[in-house]
Amino acid sequence: MKAYTYQEKKDTRSGFGAGLLEVGQKNPDVVGLCADLTGSLKMNDFQDEFPDRFFQVGIAEANMMGVAAGLATGGKIPFTGTFANFSTGRVYDQIRQSIAYSHKNVKICASHAGITLGEDGATHQILEDIGMMRMLPNMTVIVPCDYNQTKAATLAIADHNGPVYLRFGRPKVPNFTDPEQVFEIGKAVVMNEGSDVSIFAAGHLVWEAIEAGKALSARGISAEVINIHTIKPLDENQVIQSVRKTSCAVTAEEHQVFGGLGDAVSQTVARHHPVPVELVGVNDRFGESGKPDELMKKFGLSASNIEEAALRAISRKQA
Amino acid sequence: MTDTKQLKDTATQVRRDILRMVYEAQSGHPGGPLGATELLTALYFKVLKHNPENFSMKGEGEDLFFLSNGHLSAGWYSVLARSGYFDVKELSTFRRIDSRLQGHPATEEGLPGIRVASGSLGQGLSVACGAALTKKLNGDDRLVYCLMGDGEQQEGQIWEAAMFAAGRKIDNLIGIIDYNGQQIDGAVNDVMPLGDLKAKWEAFGWRVLEMEGNKMEAVLETLEEARSHCKQGEPVMILMHTEMGFGVDFMMGTHEWHGKPPNEEQFERAMANFEETLGDY
Repeated sequence: MKAYTYQEKKDTRSGFGAGLLEVGQKNPDVVGLCADLTGSLKMNDFQDEFPDRFFQVGIAEANMMGVAAGLATGGKIPFTGTFANFSTGRVYDQIRQSIAYSHKNVKICASHAGITLGEDGATHQILEDIGMMRMLPNMTVIVPCDYNQTKAATLAIADHNGPVYLRFGRPKVPNFTDPEQVFEIGKAVVMNEGSDVSIFAAGHLVWEAIEAGKALSARGISAEVINIHTIKPLDENQVIQSVRKTSCAVTAEEHQVFGGLGDAVSQTVARHHPVPVELVGVNDRFGESGKPDELMKKFGLSASNIEEAALRAISRKQA
Repeated sequence: MTDTKQLKDTATQVRRDILRMVYEAQSGHPGGPLGATELLTALYFKVLKHNPENFSMKGEGEDLFFLSNGHLSAGWYSVLARSGYFDVKELSTFRRIDSRLQGHPATEEGLPGIRVASGSLGQGLSVACGAALTKKLNGDDRLVYCLMGDGEQQEGQIWEAAMFAAGRKIDNLIGIIDYNGQQIDGAVNDVMPLGDLKAKWEAFGWRVLEMEGNKMEAVLETLEEARSHCKQGEPVMILMHTEMGFGVDFMMGTHEWHGKPPNEEQFERAMANFEETLGDY
C-alpha cells in the first residue's frame, strides 16, 4: 500500500488561481470573468497580469454566463469564476441554452462547493451542483482532490475543446498529489490497489478515502482506493475492472448521494457488473453553519464513515 | 448597391416564406417575424458585412447578428436562406423531424448562420456583449447587432446586460427591441407594463433611437444613424416600433397570432396580401 504524505495543507481554489495564471501566460485566447468574488476565487494574479483579458461583471451571474458564451463564439477561452452555488443553480438555464446546447468552449470554475464552505451556511453550500452539471449533454464535470490536482486540471481544461464544469473548494486540505502530474480528463487514478473493496472518491473525500484504506488495512482488509476526478465522462472501464476484482464498492463525495459520483458509479456497476454499493454523501438534506471539519464529521463524510461503509459493503457481499 | 425597391420586394417574399413555413408545419410563430421583416431584410441584404457562402462561427471581420427572441426563427431562417447561407428549399423542413431548422434556432444541427441557441428569453444580449468584447480584443472594427422582444424586457438578465454593456463601454453593439406591444398572454402593458422604456435604457447609459420598424426607408435611415453613434463610448439601442403580424390584415392589432398557425383558408387569405416577388421555395 502506497503511503501518501503532505508538506502542507492548501486550498484547492488557490490551485485554480495558480493554474489560471499559467494558462493565461501560455495562451493569449484565455480570458477570465468574475462576478464580484475575485479574491475568493484567487483570480487576482490573472487579473493583475492580464487586465485587458479580465472582465469583472459584478453580481450578475446570468449575464456572466452569456458574456462567456459570446466570447467563446469569437474563439476566446473564457474561465468564469464564482461560488459553486452561483455557478450552477442560479444560472442553470443560461448554461443549458447558451453554453452546453450551443457547444461553447466555456470553463465554469466553481469554488466553495459543498459543506466545507463552512460558516456561511446552507444558502451557499451547494450539494446538488455535480448532479445538475452531469445531466447536461456536452458537459464535462471535473472534481479534483487537492491543490496540485486542481492546478493540473485547470491547465488540462484549457486545452480541451468544449464546456467544462470545474468544482473546487474553500478550506485548506492536505496537498498530497504529485505537483508534476499530467491531468488526463476522464482517466481515473488508482491511489492504492486492493482486492476486498473498491473505494471511489472525489474531491476532498479522496484524502479521507486514503485514510480509510489505511484503517481498513489495520483490520486486515485490502481496499482499492480510486480517485475519480472526472465525474463525466466517467472512467467506466476502471470502475468495472475494479469491482470485478473486489465484488463490492463504496463511493465518497461532498455532495448529495443523488446525482453525483454515487449515482454515476452505481449506474455503471448496475449495468455492467452488479455488486453491493454503499454511498457516502449527504443524505437528502441541506447543509448548515459550522467549521468545515466539524461539518464533515456531523454529515458523516470522514474517513471513519468511509471505513464503516466499506465494512457494510463487504458484509453484503458475503451475505 | 441594393435599392429600396429591391429590399421591399425581398421583404414581401420573406413574409410569404414565414406564412408558408408556419402553415406547412402547422406550428410556429407568425406574428413576430412578420413584424420584424423589414429589419431582418435590411440587415441581411444591405447593412451587414457578412459572408453567407462561407459561414464561420467566429465571424472575424464580419458584422454579427444575434436573435435573442428565438421564436422569430421563421423570419430569420428565410433571410438566412435567401441571402445564401443555405438552400431555400430547406425552409420546407421547418420544425420537422431531422431538420436543421429547429423550432427555435440552435447550433446543434450545424445550420449555417446560427451562432448560439435562443428561445429561452433574455440571454441574447449577454451573448452579444461577449461577441462585441471579442471584436474589441481582436481589433476587429465590425459591429454586433442583437434583436430582442419587448415582452422579453421583463426578463431580469436583460438589465444585467444593460448595466454591463454601458459600464464596460461596449460601443460596438447595437441592440434592437421589437416594440410591437404584444406578448403571448395579451398586450405587454396589461401583462407587465414596461413603463418608459426609452428613459429606462437611457438611464442605464445607452444611446436610444426610435424607429418606424415597418417602413423600409425609416429602418435603413435609423440603422445608418445607429452605426454613426458607435465607437463613441456608449452602446446603442433602437426601439423599433412595429405591428405584430404586419401586412396580414387579420393578424394585425392583436396578440392572437403570436404563436398560432393559420388554417388552409386563413393561409390563402394571408398569402393574398403579398405578391410572389422572388419565387416561393
